[in-house]
Amino acid sequence: MVERSLAGRAAAVGVGTTAFGKLPGYDDYDLGVWALQEALNDCGLAMADIDGLIVNRIADYQRFGEIVGLNPRFVSITPGQGRMSGWCIETAVMALATGMARHVALVYGNNGRSAGDRYGGASDPYGSGGAGFWFPWGMTSPGAFHALMFQRHRELYGTEHRHLAHIAVTFRRHAALNPGAVMREPFSEADYHASRYIAEPLHLLDYCLINDGGVAMILTTADRARDLKQPPVYVRGFAQATQLADSSFPPDDFWQAPMAQVARDLYPMAGVGAQDMDALMIYDNFTPTVLFSLEGFGFCPVGESGPWVADGRLALGGKLPANTSGGHLSESYMQGWALNVEAVRQLRGQCGERQVQGARHIQYMCAAPLVTSIVYGRDPR
Amino acid sequence: MSRGAGSDATKTGRPLPRLDDANAPFWQGAQAGELRLQQCAGCGAYRFPARRHCARCGGEEHRWTAVSGRGTVWSHCLFHKSYFPGLAADTPYNVVLVKLEEGPMLFSNLVGVPNEELRIGMPVLPHFERVTDAVVLIKFKPGL
Repeated sequence: MVERSLAGRAAAVGVGTTAFGKLPGYDDYDLGVWALQEALNDCGLAMADIDGLIVNRIADYQRFGEIVGLNPRFVSITPGQGRMSGWCIETAVMALATGMARHVALVYGNNGRSAGDRYGGASDPYGSGGAGFWFPWGMTSPGAFHALMFQRHRELYGTEHRHLAHIAVTFRRHAALNPGAVMREPFSEADYHASRYIAEPLHLLDYCLINDGGVAMILTTADRARDLKQPPVYVRGFAQATQLADSSFPPDDFWQAPMAQVARDLYPMAGVGAQDMDALMIYDNFTPTVLFSLEGFGFCPVGESGPWVADGRLALGGKLPANTSGGHLSESYMQGWALNVEAVRQLRGQCGERQVQGARHIQYMCAAPLVTSIVYGRDPR
Repeated sequence: MSRGAGSDATKTGRPLPRLDDANAPFWQGAQAGELRLQQCAGCGAYRFPARRHCARCGGEEHRWTAVSGRGTVWSHCLFHKSYFPGLAADTPYNVVLVKLEEGPMLFSNLVGVPNEELRIGMPVLPHFERVTDAVVLIKFKPGL
């Protein structure tokens, strides 16, 4: 368990996002610099104030430091996996708490659309690690991995396509209220069912978007945060757990064990519980992950997430709005980063038509072999 | 060429295995009509696909053991999108995840049953399908 005295000791003070979509000519570094400049403008800090740098998906921290002219004391780099965004934010809090840095910039750049990145097949540099062994049987792609998990959930618990449709339709409606979202045209449940299968039982509209874009966040200590331009958004709690053994294959428990562990650590640290959340930011690489996450963190009993989401609960205006930006499904697949930025903007009250009124606590969560979760709050404790 | 992958694509685009790496005994077993898995010589735990160290005891010593091939379907999906040019004509094709009675799991294909009749928990047996002179793929078929 994370030392509880770290609760509320760090805050997100600056956030920045590029345009999302097709941005030919910008590589991962360019997108990261663009996002970082936006985040600096947001909080009023100068580039020279940054003494901690964490890059994600950007190929080389040294090159990035050269491009922005920085000599940060603290530096870290993580692979281009979405599960790493939560871990990077946790790392930033630890660097601040130990005094290794005073202002940490977290920078993400993704030119996957223009670069023609594939998530499946022989040219997939992300999902294939040891998975190439199974290509002769035609097995490939994270989408198929999640299709196998959803099919099992379906047959064990009676979860239905219409439950997935509800998630996809809801997040698209949210995106329609987000000027920065890539896909803003609402669709109906009938449109969902009519969309083509990719790896059945998953339809095209169960998949996230592959887009270009960059996201940056700047975190500092709570005492420094109060002097900056924006109201601080505090990191109230964070936790992680993994399920790496046998992780070439889908987990028997839909990652419930590591999520339950994270929930046990997270909420006591944050001083608030699941029932206190005003909104959720759920890592939605594929629609079923939303269901697995809600069960794993205890928002609903195991096996009941389908009916639980189908009453409109996750919609703006519902009991527990989720992915108010449109998420990975409809805003852009920024691998968790843009969901964390959305949490910050919601808690600042900057979300316009999609604002969750009076939001005080928002939880980010990512269900994967590395589970992370973060509780953000308007108050430090 | 795939990066870090264990398969090569032929001119036809059909993904074929490398036959000369640590999994060679698996492919030789398939030619001989056996499902052979790497097993720790120290503690008996299976590890597959092949790797140097046992995840249970850390040992390197191993043997390749012919297993029953009896298992059940853990889950299944249908590929409508073709990620491999050589499999495009086969879409929609099924991929099943089989849990063997000895414990290990394998991705494979199920033959002898219409795709709409695939169910988790179905008992399955191995089915050896020759795809080239050098390669036999171990698929599965319904059966106890």
